[in-house]
Amino acid sequence: MKTATDTTINNFKARAAKEGLLDVAYVHADSPFGPLLLAQTKKGLVRVGLPNQDQDELLVDLAARVSPRVLEAPAELDAVRRELDLYFEGKLERFDLPLDWSLSDGFRLRVQRAINRIPYGQTRSYTEVAAKAGNERAVRAAGTACGSNPIPLVVPCHRVLRTGGALGGYGGGLPMKRALLEMEGALESQVGS
Amino acid sequence: MTPLPPFQTVLDEHSGAVIAVLRGAVGREGADDCFQETFLAALRAYPRLDDARNLRGWLLTIAHRKAIDHHRANGRRPIPVAESVEVAAPDGISEPDDELWAAVGALPPKQRAAVALRYGSDLPHSEIAAALGCSPEAARRSLHEGLKRLRKELG
Repeated sequence: MKTATDTTINNFKARAAKEGLLDVAYVHADSPFGPLLLAQTKKGLVRVGLPNQDQDELLVDLAARVSPRVLEAPAELDAVRRELDLYFEGKLERFDLPLDWSLSDGFRLRVQRAINRIPYGQTRSYTEVAAKAGNERAVRAAGTACGSNPIPLVVPCHRVLRTGGALGGYGGGLPMKRALLEMEGALESQVGS
Repeated sequence: MTPLPPFQTVLDEHSGAVIAVLRGAVGREGADDCFQETFLAALRAYPRLDDARNLRGWLLTIAHRKAIDHHRANGRRPIPVAESVEVAAPDGISEPDDELWAAVGALPPKQRAAVALRYGSDLPHSEIAAALGCSPEAARRSLHEGLKRLRKELG
């Protein structure tokens, strides 16, 4: 079986990047919770896939909704991987990464931007987030907006809980949500409440 | 309309066929460069592609054009058999079919392309015809002539 060498393929990708043809660059990255998918456009980080999500499906979705020019290009995402690694080590509390919000719009986008302002180690209720987004009665819609957050971890939807402190839901599964909040020291204050 | 898959999928699935065809068409040395040109051209045009059903045929058509460009740039000279063989030899990487591909590389362009498309990437006559921009009958003829010549050459 004849195959193109890695060098040839990498040279092609380097030239594609130089020509501005890498509309969506992605990498499969490791994390303490399992494999992540990280995807970015020229504007910034556009998608984070959590360990229990189907990465192939996410890539097909990106091809349909952002651009079909989707290529695996690990070097392009070095900065994202570095910040996430530091975050998982407990050494980074604020991400400093450009974000591309183009997968969200309307009320969802406002909710997700509100979530993006919840500080490290703190939590908010779905009701509070709905209010911040401009409609405190739209609690259910705020929950949906959390669930459809395209950039989890970096946009910290794991910091949104039910009123009263119940965990609610999480795209990466509740054990991951709990572990993230414990790591951030956000759950200790809830003990006994 | 079939939605376009992520370009990475296209690359994963068809890079083997494209490099095989190009090695047959322009030889080992030129193939890497033509490969990059082929996929760059494909990536540029990809979002405007309105039919995702025959991506391999589409890529091989581009590869064929890049091979022609390559030969034009090199003054249309066919690849000398000895040169192609020498490329692989110094590394000690001697694939059993090197001699065969070198002989394929020395065929006239149409025959070379037809043979490479048929045996390098296992394409049916109809797709070879599409890639070469000729009728299936003409593709069959080129393939037949090419094979006849190879048999004579390799004994």
